[in-house]
Amino acid sequence: MSEQQYEKYYVPAQSAWPIVGAVALFLIAVGAGNFVVESTRGKEGFGGWILTAGLLVLLVMLVGWFRDQIEESMAGKYSAQLGRSYRQGMSWFIFSEVMFFAAFFGALFYTRMIAVPWLAGESNNAMTNAVLWPGFEAIWPLTTTPDGTTTQAMGWMGLPLINTAILLISSVTAHFAHVALEEGKRGRLKLFLGITIVLGLIFLFLQVEEYVHAYRDLGLTLTSGVYGNTFFLLTGFHGLHVTLGTLMLIIMFFRVLKGHFNKENQFAFQATSWYWHFVDVVWVILFVFVYIL
Amino acid sequence: MGKGVLTAICATLASSVAVAERSDINLRQGVTDISEQVYGLHMTIFYICVVIGVVVFGAMLYAMIFHRKSKGAKPANFHESVKVEVAWTIVPFLILVGMAIPAAKTLIAMEDTSEADVTVLVTGSQWKWHYKYMDHDVDFYSLMATQPEQIANKFDKGENYLLEVDRPLVIPTGQKVRFLITSDDVIHSWWVPDFAVKKDANPGFINEAWTKVNEPGIYRGQCAELCGKDHGFMPVVVIAKEPAEYQRWLAEEEAKQLKAKEEEQKLLAMNMEMDELMDVGKQVYQSACAACHMPNGEGLPGVFPALKGSDIAINDMQKHIDIVVNGVSGTSMQAFGKQLSLKELAAVITYERNAWGNNTGETVQAKDVNALITGN
Amino acid sequence: MSSVADDLHHDEHHDHKPAGIMRWLLTTNHKDIGTLYLWFAFIMFLVGGAMAMVIRAELFQPGLQIVEPNFFNQMTTVHGLIMVFGAVMPAFTGLANWMVPLMIGAPDMALPRMNNWSFWILPGAFLILLASLFLEGGGPNFGWTFYAPLSTTYSNDSTALFVFSVHIMGISSIMGAINVIVTIFNMRAPGMTWMKMPMFVWTWLITAFLLIAVMPVLAGAVTMVLTDKYFGTSFFDAAGGGDPVLFQHIFWFFGHPEVYIMILPAFGIISHIVPTFSRKKLFGYSSMVYATASIALLSFIVWAHHMFTTGMPLFAEMFFMFATMLISVPTGVKVFNWVATMWRGSISYEMPMMFALAFIVLFTIGGFSGLMLAITPVDFQYHDTYFVVAHFHYVLVTGAVFSIMAAVYYWLPKWCGKMYDQTLAQWHFWCSLISVNLLFFPMHFVGLAGMPRRIPDYALQFADFNKWISIGGFAFGLSQLIFLALIIKASRKIGEPATAQVWDGAEGLEWEVPSPAPYHTFETPPEVK
Repeated sequence: MSEQQYEKYYVPAQSAWPIVGAVALFLIAVGAGNFVVESTRGKEGFGGWILTAGLLVLLVMLVGWFRDQIEESMAGKYSAQLGRSYRQGMSWFIFSEVMFFAAFFGALFYTRMIAVPWLAGESNNAMTNAVLWPGFEAIWPLTTTPDGTTTQAMGWMGLPLINTAILLISSVTAHFAHVALEEGKRGRLKLFLGITIVLGLIFLFLQVEEYVHAYRDLGLTLTSGVYGNTFFLLTGFHGLHVTLGTLMLIIMFFRVLKGHFNKENQFAFQATSWYWHFVDVVWVILFVFVYIL
Repeated sequence: MGKGVLTAICATLASSVAVAERSDINLRQGVTDISEQVYGLHMTIFYICVVIGVVVFGAMLYAMIFHRKSKGAKPANFHESVKVEVAWTIVPFLILVGMAIPAAKTLIAMEDTSEADVTVLVTGSQWKWHYKYMDHDVDFYSLMATQPEQIANKFDKGENYLLEVDRPLVIPTGQKVRFLITSDDVIHSWWVPDFAVKKDANPGFINEAWTKVNEPGIYRGQCAELCGKDHGFMPVVVIAKEPAEYQRWLAEEEAKQLKAKEEEQKLLAMNMEMDELMDVGKQVYQSACAACHMPNGEGLPGVFPALKGSDIAINDMQKHIDIVVNGVSGTSMQAFGKQLSLKELAAVITYERNAWGNNTGETVQAKDVNALITGN
Repeated sequence: MSSVADDLHHDEHHDHKPAGIMRWLLTTNHKDIGTLYLWFAFIMFLVGGAMAMVIRAELFQPGLQIVEPNFFNQMTTVHGLIMVFGAVMPAFTGLANWMVPLMIGAPDMALPRMNNWSFWILPGAFLILLASLFLEGGGPNFGWTFYAPLSTTYSNDSTALFVFSVHIMGISSIMGAINVIVTIFNMRAPGMTWMKMPMFVWTWLITAFLLIAVMPVLAGAVTMVLTDKYFGTSFFDAAGGGDPVLFQHIFWFFGHPEVYIMILPAFGIISHIVPTFSRKKLFGYSSMVYATASIALLSFIVWAHHMFTTGMPLFAEMFFMFATMLISVPTGVKVFNWVATMWRGSISYEMPMMFALAFIVLFTIGGFSGLMLAITPVDFQYHDTYFVVAHFHYVLVTGAVFSIMAAVYYWLPKWCGKMYDQTLAQWHFWCSLISVNLLFFPMHFVGLAGMPRRIPDYALQFADFNKWISIGGFAFGLSQLIFLALIIKASRKIGEPATAQVWDGAEGLEWEVPSPAPYHTFETPPEVK
């Protein structure tokens, strides 16, 4: 151990990618800020174009930055200590993602356990119900909001259950792929990685199906009160994370095809696999609290 | 020059000391048992802080003076002591427990709104308060009464500058008055320092507070939660009257409001002249509309739309009446149908359609407004 | 990329720096990035300060003189946002960038490229925020706490830009915090065990943990504001089953740890300066570490003390009152430890020590008013008055900002290799000290007497104090120009040369490298005994 600590720590001298990334985020923020206003208020403007430009610059930056990283890694510049830095960095990033979801789970628990019951007169809010919302009753899923908007609830049988199974299985196959990598069995690695990607894509497809069903058949929309809000924001942000995770898996797949990664040198693969397990865990919690309970 | 500056500074210092004696630099004791308890808690915790401060800063000052390097002090070698560290963890903790008990008792009393004699529904909206007596047919809006010219520094400022309203809330002394506090738009906060009552007015929820005032008098407060542009111009004034006097006031007010409603029905059959409508309309506009749409009708670009030259105010009369009466949901435009009388509504709409060069020449009558409200 | 080729292994000249603007744009050097953060923070401090001058000018006397209420609200809002996210936090991140690798004997931050990225996205975020002030309808005007529904249904359309600029600030903070945490976990020199770590490193480790835990929650809060305003959700609208108070819970779940994010590194700084100039080891190092950790943990269960008037049920008010009071115990331990460190030391009064002493006294005054504010029934009277404004400016200006100034005086000779100008330093200290108290102390009085915060005009009984407060404000603002002059002078290498040790009582790895610190330090880790 102590010998590794004396190993030279690789500090790249300079890099253009961060500043390119800074320009990208600036364009994305300006573009998104304008695009949201323009699209919801029916105004003319360049928001959408700026946003697209920002996303393209971000793409260039990601490709360039990762290419540099991969070249450095393949050139053997990385020490075990640097590997630990990357792994710890990724772990803390995933922790920050957990806290992002925590905000929305917090909103779900609060509306469900506190806001809706209070509107129905519980705790110190008897007069809230009597004076402002007479007749409103607390039920969850909130199929009738205080102002009378109605919707139907999304059941947990059917699509959601199938999706849960898909994601759970994909977590297992991702693990198998990792084991295969550790054992140097490239064929199995490709197979299980491929299966994981396909499962991720199926999950996303079914998620879209579910949204269509919610909008078309159930009248459950983003605007149908806090039940719809928490439902769509939680499943929506989860879906975005699955999309990102699937993209990462696809990139890993191509790198595996090019012969990258081995037992010692596999940070990117490991990080992707952690990320995938993370979205899986979020889904399980989400399935329990958003769908079943 | 130095001497002149010095005299000036001394003079202002002397005057500000005099002011400090005159005005209140501390929490007020207020006029209820609760507010006195609160004041007591405030002074207790303040003195505790002062004592701790004197001890800590005293020790620090001692070290600063006597353990100076320039006095030849040699550094000692100690850098921990479990005994001392445990002591200064436990002792503050015990002080806090001692403080928490009376605080909790007062808090429990403050939150007990049961068995009230009078209940008033207090509703905040941008930027006025509405009071409704729950057991009587009495309700009214309470707006700041300070003239705009005083705020703009054109007139001298009166004694109760920014703390005066057109119609104060009236409550009885010696009785438990419960306030049900809510809001029509953003979060406001209803605060009367003399009662030690401050409660947020949350839209869609009702918070409860109570008071029992010991002495008759006029008590002034302000909105205490940022609620937009005119947050600073939203005072609360409460008059506490002897119960008998309060009953008399309430009966008078009830009769007056009943009569006003009857008159309003008669008005439906009549047509008012343009001049009269414009006169009344201008007054109503200044008190109800000018805060946002500005006295010149030009609004605030990007925030509040202009009425001057607006399509709705020149052409679409039905839509104009509809917006004023029902408001526009999802915006700051309130529903004025329940805030103004039919006559006032008709007058202000007429005014908006004829002022600042909008010159449509059209009058809007009470019956037109009523037609929209009743759907006929 | 050519950067791959010229990596450090082959770099023979250890003090070789790339030249020109590209050095700063492309840098991966922790000292360069630290310098960028510190300059950015100082510029933002002056911009936010200019807004405070507008506020104090309008409040100089009763009546509306200079700005419209709507613009006044934009000033209070953007002043708060800039000072919190643009001045105090980047200044501490800058200090961490400069000092943490030096203090733990690391060659650089653990993730140098990401370090550059986390800095360079900040100027863009603040450019967006500041530019939104010039939009039709103006910029954000709902207070830095952006309570719904004032920030949703009732706000102007700059809100979307505000939301995305806060997202970027959050991303920057999270990346910066990940870097700090990984550096401390993974890059310590051999022998630097946890309980040998300098206090500044400890406090920043805990701060970084808080940042990663709560900045994403802020991101969630602004996201809900965005969807409530533009996409028809009703998280904060009772009509759809939501609750405006939910916003406050989410915001303050971020916001209270945020308060400690802005003060824990200050505790670290003071814990270095006091021992140095007392020529005596820090008293109770381990209790200092435990106190910092307990403050951080407690900070997650006290958020609702910002919301006592929102009508929470009695038991919630009780819980948050008791938990909040509890925080004063570990905070007290820190103050007692500093005083005990000075006790029977050999104290001298160089400028860092002067600011540290001012910090201890004035921060403690802010702590006292904090304790008063914790008492729920009395908080009903204090809440949203100038008493609160006085409280948080005592902890943030004479607390956080004074500690940053102390740190600058303490480490400037290490950064620039030159001693700061003693005369300017004396002027800066005494002008700041006097004016800051004239500025913030009378706010206690007007607050207790009943002046609400965030108002552009006030009743006549508050007029005299407000005049003095404004004068104090202008003087404090001007005093900082002395500081600016002093820093420019030192950074242009004018002044007495500084030794490596700089202060005779200073201990730690950062004093073992020459002054100014070479561009690359500790490429071979030092051995810590």
